[in-house]
Amino acid sequence: MATAPLIELRNISKRFGGVRALDDVSLTLDAARIHCLAGENGSGKSTLIKIVSGVYQPDEGEILIDGKPVGKLDPATSIAHGVQVIYQDFSLFPTLTVVENLALNTFLREGKTRIDWTRARKMARDVLARLDVTLDLDATVETLPAAGRQIVAIARAMLADARLIIMDEPTTTLTGREVERLFRIVRDLQADGIATLFVSHKMREMLEISERLTVFRNGKKVTEGPISDYDERSITRAMTGRDLHQGHFIAPDVSGREPRLELRNVTVGDKAQGINLTLMPGEIVGMSGLIGAGRKAIAQAIFGLRSDMSGEMLVDGKPVMPKNVPEAIAAGIAYVPEDRLSEGLFLTRSIRDNAIVSSLSRFAPHLWLDAEKAGEETHKMFGEMAISAPGIDVPVGTLSGGNAQRVMIGRWLMTDARVLILNGPTVGVDVGSKEQIHGIIQDLTRNNDLAVLMISDDLPELAANCNRVLCMTEGRITGELAGDALTEEALDAALSNEKQGEPA
Amino acid sequence: MRFLRSSDAIILAILAVAMIFIGLVNPAFWQMSNLFSLLKENVVIGIMALGVLLVMISGGIDVSFTAFAVAGMYLVVRSMVALDYNGLVLPFASTIIIGGLLGLMNAGIIHKFKMIPLIVTLGTASVVRGLVLGLVGTSNVNINKMPEALVNFGKTDLFVLERANGSTYGLTAMIVIYLGLAVALHLVLKHTMIGRSVYAYGADPEAAKRVGFSTGRTMIFVYVTAGALAGFAGLLHSSMIWLANPRDFVGLELDVIAAVVLGGASIFGGRGTVLGTVLGVFILVMIQNSLILMGIDTTWQRVVVGAMLVAAVTVTALRDRRALV
Repeated sequence: MATAPLIELRNISKRFGGVRALDDVSLTLDAARIHCLAGENGSGKSTLIKIVSGVYQPDEGEILIDGKPVGKLDPATSIAHGVQVIYQDFSLFPTLTVVENLALNTFLREGKTRIDWTRARKMARDVLARLDVTLDLDATVETLPAAGRQIVAIARAMLADARLIIMDEPTTTLTGREVERLFRIVRDLQADGIATLFVSHKMREMLEISERLTVFRNGKKVTEGPISDYDERSITRAMTGRDLHQGHFIAPDVSGREPRLELRNVTVGDKAQGINLTLMPGEIVGMSGLIGAGRKAIAQAIFGLRSDMSGEMLVDGKPVMPKNVPEAIAAGIAYVPEDRLSEGLFLTRSIRDNAIVSSLSRFAPHLWLDAEKAGEETHKMFGEMAISAPGIDVPVGTLSGGNAQRVMIGRWLMTDARVLILNGPTVGVDVGSKEQIHGIIQDLTRNNDLAVLMISDDLPELAANCNRVLCMTEGRITGELAGDALTEEALDAALSNEKQGEPA
Repeated sequence: MRFLRSSDAIILAILAVAMIFIGLVNPAFWQMSNLFSLLKENVVIGIMALGVLLVMISGGIDVSFTAFAVAGMYLVVRSMVALDYNGLVLPFASTIIIGGLLGLMNAGIIHKFKMIPLIVTLGTASVVRGLVLGLVGTSNVNINKMPEALVNFGKTDLFVLERANGSTYGLTAMIVIYLGLAVALHLVLKHTMIGRSVYAYGADPEAAKRVGFSTGRTMIFVYVTAGALAGFAGLLHSSMIWLANPRDFVGLELDVIAAVVLGGASIFGGRGTVLGTVLGVFILVMIQNSLILMGIDTTWQRVVVGAMLVAAVTVTALRDRRALV
């Protein structure tokens, strides 16, 4: 080989207690290559990142940088070798300005005690020019959208003379257009000789951007090769070890019955106008659209979280206008928010406490909690939702994303909801768990006569789980896809039409 | 211009409006002698507020500084009396060191055991106050016993003006020390890495660690400086009022914290400026002072200070509430 690879990991193993997080893994990262590391949650991706960045030391194996063994790698050494990690939370300082977020790192590395603001500004301007983006240098980072913060994080990595930038799930918070810009930047970085390691579980993006792919499962490398050897199906198979079921959800024929939920000419502030919507029992209706299209506002309005709703809303034919959450729950409506960590779950409380919290009036009718009944019903839900946990008394914070989401959905089923609104039902949930959650949602809808409104940015998810999908643009429902017309491609086309209509 | 949209500009505007209003209610407010005495009252609270500002930027809160001020002041004055020592440099150096060491204790406990600063400083404050009273003494050192050097130092005026009736009043030279410390802290916060590390730590401790800041060093800098400033302010206070009272400063924590919050510092950390704090202190002292001028009973001052704190915290909390993306 002409040149040594940038970083080579040989037979790395890492154990935490009795758990093997990485088991005899080897990985080669070449200079100026875009490499993708895929795997479900818990497959060892994060552990690998932390080993490359020097946060963890492997139990076995060796690390070579530029062909030379480095022995013990600590964070400072790793950075000195040009390894930069962009974490999902970006690790920026929200109250400091863009300039400062960019310059502090460099000054710190140079061991400066004083700050040369003129040089800091010049550094920031130059690096942003290299990335070909414009940002307000004096804006505090907290005022930037997620995409802007990511740019700052990337620019900061470049200023650290990065040769390898590791991006942990970089696209989860980005819109389609921003993802395109990120890819453009990554290709520019490549032209500058900087390698990128994408850590992702989104098929479409892996296939589009990366040159090589490595898939982990349960701490082992299961496959590796040039991206052209793979397609979505084979990647999924490698990640989960099985084929995923694909197909449509078919709603039962309920003609003649009262709709579960009906919105007539509903307007929500300036977020959504003139919304007409009907959900029949046993239906899963999807909602597609860009961020800001008004989907969330409608969901919140139905659930009594907004005070600026007007129009008419009927649940099982009865007019309802929930002013607050208890009224919405009493009307049989349930809402699973997008961000279950901050909006939904009490992480330090047990599964049982989390499960019963929305139906407390049923379990504690006279001040005292009927612990027996609460436990019984939680157990029942635990089984139905196929939650994998040691028991119902473990804190929800210890569960994986998929299991936490099951608790969240399960909670609402215990309220005897008839209308279930799901916002991003499988965001941050790994592929295998995702399919199970989809299965559960479909079964529940069919068996319990629920009506489900599913808001999602995940087009395959909508295509596979909904019997129809409504497309929203700028606060209006602009289209509907159903039956054979409901395909990923059609959804994608509807979305990209919308994107082109957007002002630049 | 960016300054016009900053918190400092808003505070300045509030100050201007308040001054005009108070001046309309009681024109005596604008008398030079009143303004001078206002500035004099700013000194001790202001120096303490600089320390509290530092702690608040780092995302913590400090209620122990008044106890440290008492410890430094009382220990030093009692020692001077006992040894019949009459100097300035050594006593002030000692009180700074006492305050700094006590601050180091705060920093150590907070950093080592990752504890909540409010609880830690509540505890250390109580311990330090108790130790001072228990081990050193409980009696005041009055003017007749106060070391002369201290009293004379506290009396120093920048210049003296004469009233129509022949009595004189001056502008205390201590204001120069206060403003000098403020400028120094401003420069350190704005232009040094250790200063920026305080903001970084306050904004996101985890990110600060990942970037490579030595967070232990930052904590030591913050709490030692706050302690040292408190110790210094304590002795300065005693030399200005010619009295060393071991039970002094009780309840002053609230005033100082209110002033810092009023000055735009965020209780969530990562935000705050020296200029804002200096203005916040001025507003607080001015309003307290004006209540007296307006003939309002002093018991109402506590109500006003408390209400101002709550109002300022509410406003800054609304400002700091992260925009939902």
